[in-house]
Parts: sequence; structure tokens; C-alpha cells
Amino acid sequence: MLAKSKSTSENDAAKQADLFNRIDAGPFPFLLILPSVLVILLVVAFPLIYSLYVSFTPYELLRPNSLNFQLAKALRNYQKLLNDDIFWRSLWNTIVFLAVSVNLSYVISLALSQLLARVTVGQSLLRTLLMVPMMFAPILVGMQFRWFFNANVGLVNNFLISLGLIQVQGQIAWLVDVPLGMITIILASVWMNIPVLTIILLAGTLSLPTETFEAAEVDGASGWQKFRFITFPLLAPFSYIALTIMSLDIARAFDIVRIMTDGGPARRTEMLWTYITRLAIEDTKFGLGSAMSWITVFLSVLFTLYFFRQLVKARIVR
Amino acid sequence: MITRSVGPNRRRNDIIWNAAAWLILLFLALPAFWIIMTAFRPNVEINTFPPVWIPRRLTLEAYANMFGLNPEVQQRVAVEAYLRNSLLAAGTSTIVAVSLGTLAGYAFARFRFRFHTTLFLGIMLSRSVPGVALSLPLFLLFNRAGLTNNVFGLAFVYVAVNIPFTAWLMDGFFRQIPQELTESAYIDGCGHWSAFWRIELPLSLPGLATAAIFAFLAAWNEFQIVSVLARNNAAKTFPPGLFAFTEQFTVDWRGMAAMSVIMMVPAVIFVILVQRNLVSGLTFGAVKG
Repeated sequence: MLAKSKSTSENDAAKQADLFNRIDAGPFPFLLILPSVLVILLVVAFPLIYSLYVSFTPYELLRPNSLNFQLAKALRNYQKLLNDDIFWRSLWNTIVFLAVSVNLSYVISLALSQLLARVTVGQSLLRTLLMVPMMFAPILVGMQFRWFFNANVGLVNNFLISLGLIQVQGQIAWLVDVPLGMITIILASVWMNIPVLTIILLAGTLSLPTETFEAAEVDGASGWQKFRFITFPLLAPFSYIALTIMSLDIARAFDIVRIMTDGGPARRTEMLWTYITRLAIEDTKFGLGSAMSWITVFLSVLFTLYFFRQLVKARIVR
Repeated sequence: MITRSVGPNRRRNDIIWNAAAWLILLFLALPAFWIIMTAFRPNVEINTFPPVWIPRRLTLEAYANMFGLNPEVQQRVAVEAYLRNSLLAAGTSTIVAVSLGTLAGYAFARFRFRFHTTLFLGIMLSRSVPGVALSLPLFLLFNRAGLTNNVFGLAFVYVAVNIPFTAWLMDGFFRQIPQELTESAYIDGCGHWSAFWRIELPLSLPGLATAAIFAFLAAWNEFQIVSVLARNNAAKTFPPGLFAFTEQFTVDWRGMAAMSVIMMVPAVIFVILVQRNLVSGLTFGAVKG
């Protein structure tokens, strides 16, 4: 038994919470998990620890002797980053990008899921249509938005010209201007995020108990009140699942930035991920790049951990 | 379910909701239509001004050029290599990741054991490590082991990348199978393994297919790790291939669109096949357990 040492009342509570009443099977479950854990240790954990070591050295790929650890100089890469304006700018850009992109994706998907829950004509066809952005690899999303927002041949400017809203000479430099470059990248990432979020929120909305809404209607609740005080709180576990799943893949935004602007022009859209590539792959400064990698790992894990904790708190007890 | 407003407004509201939903979703899907259409248009229609919105003629020129069937255009993209590498890396990694991840997912769904939540969380967190961050040490280690530019080295990485999400999905699917079934299997004399292998695994096959397609697509679409680990066409897959293409031929939008359409084929199949299962696998994590 797991909880042998706990008091009896705690034990009962634990049992009640474990509504699936999982089976006790000794070491058998560990044998099932072992291969997965081994692979992850080998391919993710060990390289990450190695990368932590590299981050304490001044390693550059073209100078093989530079991979040596000296305690006195161990934190030099991190010091360099703290004094690097471009690092701070890319950190700031990353935070702004994540904050706006995650919130905007969530709000749009929430609204869309409420709309889709009311659709009576062609439900299943609409859901297939909703999944269309899922068919795009992130790198494809970036490519197509780079093309659509291209100043000279892009769809968006051509469309605006056709409508007579802008002149041929006055084409908008979407990917170049501040803050348009950032906005365009955020638009691309929101477009990519919408399907999974909406699908989960829609499934949640459709699973809500009808009686609650009927009772609210009897009490004269308005549509907005029903959403604000019933639908939205009851959707919490679904919201956190959606956000947890999204947070797992948050760094795939790198693909979009890399192909759309590659951090430019003049580092206006530089983010941590693109800056790592520039430092480590292009300038072969693996030590410095690894130090920055660790900062992104830390951020990503924190992000996922936060949403996962919220999810555990909000879970439905059946 | 949402209850609808009653009374004379109801019909009008219904029409508005439906129309709005259709308009918004058509707008969302528009980019995909545009990309597919561009791949099959003659070049003169693409780069002209004023723009030609509706194609007057469709052609397979872009694909003839890409596969070197047009004698006037020298073949310049190693599509065959990308296709082979993508299929190999995504295919092998999917088979291994789904096998291992399913075992793990079953353990989390069915059994009570020490460090249940910690192990689950640890596996999930390994997925949140950004590919860029992981690619640097992997490059150094793979260089030493002679595994760079190797499709199977790449596939090995994708196994680790795909295990967490497979475990998450399969945990959800296994939890939907009633526990009584397992218990009655035990009463009939099944051991833990044969209850899993003979009773529960066959029942979870639709879920398994969903997880497999998900893993395949994740590997198929992966860009960050492969672009560091694969420096030549021996291991380059489609995403870095497309990226190289956009760098080299910055204005050949039709060529890019044509490549994109090939990249989208597995995803289109996925959307058609697993829609329904995907939703139930994703949302079951909302239930406590």
C-alpha cells in the first residue's frame, strides 16, 4: 500500500480522491514505465546536464581546447548575458510574444468555441474546417505568413490595394516596421494555436450539464451572465488542459520567427530561441549558447508546471 | 449543452450564429486554400500586378520542375531525399515511441504506485524542453558518437520527444475502459501482462491509432532539432528542406507552395481519420484520477 504510514482518515481521503481506484500491482507498473524513462534520461536529461556543464565553460566549436571547466570562470557566460543588451531585448521580446500570443489565442478560441457550440448546420464539416491550421507544420505557417505579409507581392497588401485602402506606392512593410513585425508573428502563432484550443474548449462546453443552464434561465440570467458565472468557471479544467498542451510546444514559435524575420530587421523581433541559434550555431559559441538554452529550459518548464498545477487543482471529480 | 433562447428571436439568432461560425471558419481556412491553389497555377498568374484572384488555368508544372521532369529546369531540390528521410525518421520513431509510450500510459492509467504524479509530471516536463536548447548538447554528443547526419540517430531523438504526449493520450484512452473489465480478467486467471495484452490493448486500438498519427506528425513537422543534427541530404527532412528552399529561391512562391502541399498530405489524412478520437483522448485529462 502506498499510504501505509499515513493516518487512517488521510488514507480514506486518498482512496476517495482516487476514484479510478487504481490497482496495486507491486513493481509491475515500474517495469512498464522503465523503457520510456530510460530513453528520456538518455536523450533529454543527460544531454541537458551536459549542456549545463558546457554553459560553465567558454567552449567554442572551432576551438576544441576551450571546453575546459575552471571554477573561477564558471559563471562568465551568465555574466556576459546579464550585460548583453541584445539578450535583454530578446528576453523582453519573448515575454511580450508569449504573453500576447497565449492570451489572444485563448480568448479567441474561447469565443469561437462558444459560437461553434450553437451551430446547428453542418457541425462536423465545420469541425473539419476548424482543423485546417493543424495541417500546417510551424515552419509552413511561418512561410505562408511571410508570403501573405510580403510588402510587394503579399496577399494582404494586394487585397488592401484592391479595396483602395492603400496606394501601390504606400505598401505596408508588415515584416519590417515596429511593431508590425511582432504583430504579424503573433498573428501567425495565434492562427496555429487556435484549432487545438478550440477543439478542447468546444468539447468541454458540449459536456456541461444542461440542468444548470435551465435553472439559471428560470432565475432570469442573461446570456453573458450564464457565460460569466456558469460556462467559464465550469470550463476551467478544459482551459488548463488546453493551456498545458499548448505550453508543451510553446517553443515551436521559433520555427515561425526563424522563417518569417529571423529576428530581424535590426533584431526587432529577436527572441531567446533565435538568439541561441545565432550565438551557438552561427558564431559557434556553444558555451554562451548553452547558458542561454538553460534560461529557456527554465522558462518553459516553469510555464508548463504552472498550467499543470492549475489543471490538477481544477480537475472534475466524477 | 448550451440552451438556446426561446421565443420569436430564436430563429433569427440561430441564423446569425450559423452564418457567423461559417464565415469565421472559412476565413481561418483561407490560407490553406490559397497555398494549395498556388501550387497548381501557372507562374505568370502568381507574380503579376494587379493580382489574379481566381485561377484561369491549372497546371502541374511546379511538380514537374520539382521532380526534374521538365528538361528546361535543372533539378534543384532534393525532394526525394527529403521524402525518404522524413518517412524513415517519422516512421521508425513513431513505432518505437508509441510502443513505449503506450506501456507507460497504461501504467499511469491502471496502477497505483509510489511517485505516480512525480513520474508523470517528469515525463511531461521533458517534452517542454525547447528543441533549440536540446539541439546544442545533442549536436556535440552526436558528433562524438558519429550520429550526426544519420536518420536513425534523428529517429532516436524523436522517440524521446514523442513518448510524453503518447503517454498522456494513452493514459486518457485507457482510463475510459471500465476498470471492472480488468478485474474480471484477473478473476479469470489473467496476470497483469496478459490482462493488458489480451483485453485492454485490443480495446484501445482506436486510441493507439490517434497517438501514432500524432507522433508521426510531430516528427514529420519537427524543424529545430533536425536543422542542427542534419547538415546534409543524408538526413535532412522536409522542414529544413523547405527552409533551405526559401533561403535559396526567395521569390519562387509557387515552388514553396508545391513543397508545402506535399508536406501537408499526412496531416490531411490525419484530420480525416482521427478527428473524433483525438477530442476524447485530449479532454479525458480533465477528469480527476
